[in-house]
Amino acid sequence: MLIATPQSMHFEEALPLQSGATLRAYDLSYETYGSLNADRSNAVLICHALNASHHVAGVYEGQPKSEGWWDTMIGPGKPVDTDHFFVIGVNNLGSCFGSTGPMQTNPDTGKIYGADFPVVTVQDWVDAQARLMDALGIQTLAAVMGGSLGGMQALSWTLQYPDRVRHAVVVASAPNLTAENIAFNEVARRAIVTDPDFCEGHYAEQGVLPKRGLRIARMIGHITYLSDDVMNEKFGRKQAPTLVASRTTLPPEGALRLQPGKAGSAAPAGRGNANAIEATPFKYSTQEIEFQIESYLRYQGDKFSEYFDANTYLLITRALDYFDPAAAFGGDLSAALKHATAQFLLVSFTTDWRFAPARSREIVKALLDNQIDVSYAEIDAPHGHDAFLLEDARYLGVVRSYFKSRVTL
Amino acid sequence: MTAEPTQDLLSIARLVPQGSRVLDLGCGTGELLAYLMKERGCSGYGVEINDANVQACVARGVNVIQLNLDEGLAVFGDASFDVVLQIDTLQHLRNAEVMLRETARVGRIGIVVFPNFGHWPNRLAVLRGRMPVTKVLPYQWYDTPNIRVGTLQDFKALAIKNQLDIIDQFGLQDGQEVRFWPNALAGRAVFKFQRQ
Repeated sequence: MLIATPQSMHFEEALPLQSGATLRAYDLSYETYGSLNADRSNAVLICHALNASHHVAGVYEGQPKSEGWWDTMIGPGKPVDTDHFFVIGVNNLGSCFGSTGPMQTNPDTGKIYGADFPVVTVQDWVDAQARLMDALGIQTLAAVMGGSLGGMQALSWTLQYPDRVRHAVVVASAPNLTAENIAFNEVARRAIVTDPDFCEGHYAEQGVLPKRGLRIARMIGHITYLSDDVMNEKFGRKQAPTLVASRTTLPPEGALRLQPGKAGSAAPAGRGNANAIEATPFKYSTQEIEFQIESYLRYQGDKFSEYFDANTYLLITRALDYFDPAAAFGGDLSAALKHATAQFLLVSFTTDWRFAPARSREIVKALLDNQIDVSYAEIDAPHGHDAFLLEDARYLGVVRSYFKSRVTL
Repeated sequence: MTAEPTQDLLSIARLVPQGSRVLDLGCGTGELLAYLMKERGCSGYGVEINDANVQACVARGVNVIQLNLDEGLAVFGDASFDVVLQIDTLQHLRNAEVMLRETARVGRIGIVVFPNFGHWPNRLAVLRGRMPVTKVLPYQWYDTPNIRVGTLQDFKALAIKNQLDIIDQFGLQDGQEVRFWPNALAGRAVFKFQRQ
């Protein structure tokens, strides 16, 4: 088993941000797996999405259940094979897992940043990541890879630092967010900022946490990461009594880790069909939990509100909203990608309605317009957006083949 | 993957000019594209629907786009390729005529290869009252994926209807190019065409 060791790097040089603000000094948390070769040509950077971190693969010493969020993808003998590649996971600025963010002290005021943490963008993150690469002595990345918001960072790398990236692997991503997608983010943000404990973002100083808002934000997000089918298979209209038992079987990071083709396998014994309800009487209450899906969402919300920072949620959803590399080119993505020189692999999932295949195809089209090398796999998986974090032989297989045949050292 | 390319494949490859930008619709495991890249200095992309084939293309180092051809070629721009190939693809498509037009829109040259229903063993089978089952058409009538069966003459008529100039046409049989009476003497039909 790969043992992960979190590290931190301090940067003294100020980072100018896209907003015009500046981060005077900052820290980045990161992890590395495998070893950098003598030519320094085998580095692969992994970019995280909304609520993940630099802990991409492996487990922490003595904590066998602490797998990294992309442990199915990255590790010895895995599709991104750490026996061949030097893989780097980095926590983005504004996040809450060690890198400089709103939970930390503002050197200018001596107080916790809270809502005063500057708004950061995908481009800012990529700039910070590039400085980490400088510090690690990596001029050119063999590949940069990410899913969802992480895919946006990978795409942005190829535009901001075209000569420093040889391959970009962009999974379940989009060239920008649709109105519906921004709408979901806005509902989540309003849930947080209207929580009385939000205290205009300075809750830490008040010694409170806007957990109610965070819970609702997570519940909304969670619904959009799943597909209707997978939710029906797993929960259907099942009622709540089995709720305590089902809780203990839930995975730690929130993704519904179902085996492909066995989406209903988590159902209790004797219930082949999720919709075959045993006759449990309703409580006829509007407040109590009646259905398992309610229990599941509340549990996910509770858990999330225990470890995630509300200001970080606001910042990261905003970074998602702002990302739009085509905007500076009158909305012409092909023009935006004109100077990209990396080769691309894109993957999308048919049931992902939050980052739908059509959005990946827009990127593919823009790459084709520029005669850039690209391969695109559209995986017919049932799990919605979450599919990018799950095990699927076709998905992992195509990434494995790409790294084996294309990502040369 | 290192197997020698078949004679049919070599005959088709000869139609592709050196250094062409190629789009191979229904590229399978990417064998032809890999050959064209290696031996004829071509570049380009394959389009494939099957998951295993997509992975095989990636494993071979061939660019592949996973798409259902029945949904069109919207991701490809006008005249963006020198050559568009449709090798044993046409007969599986619901919108075979639309795809022929799309082929002509996207590529300067189109090359289409399909099983020739006019080949004499097929005609004989039909005369005997049964649908043919041959090496090129190995399926029973009730399970065939070949939903468009046509002859060389049929394709020619369709090409004319769509204002395509036929640059070259011949049959393929047992690894040989058939230029005498191909409509009866060849199991596969080959057309090379361009827009008028």
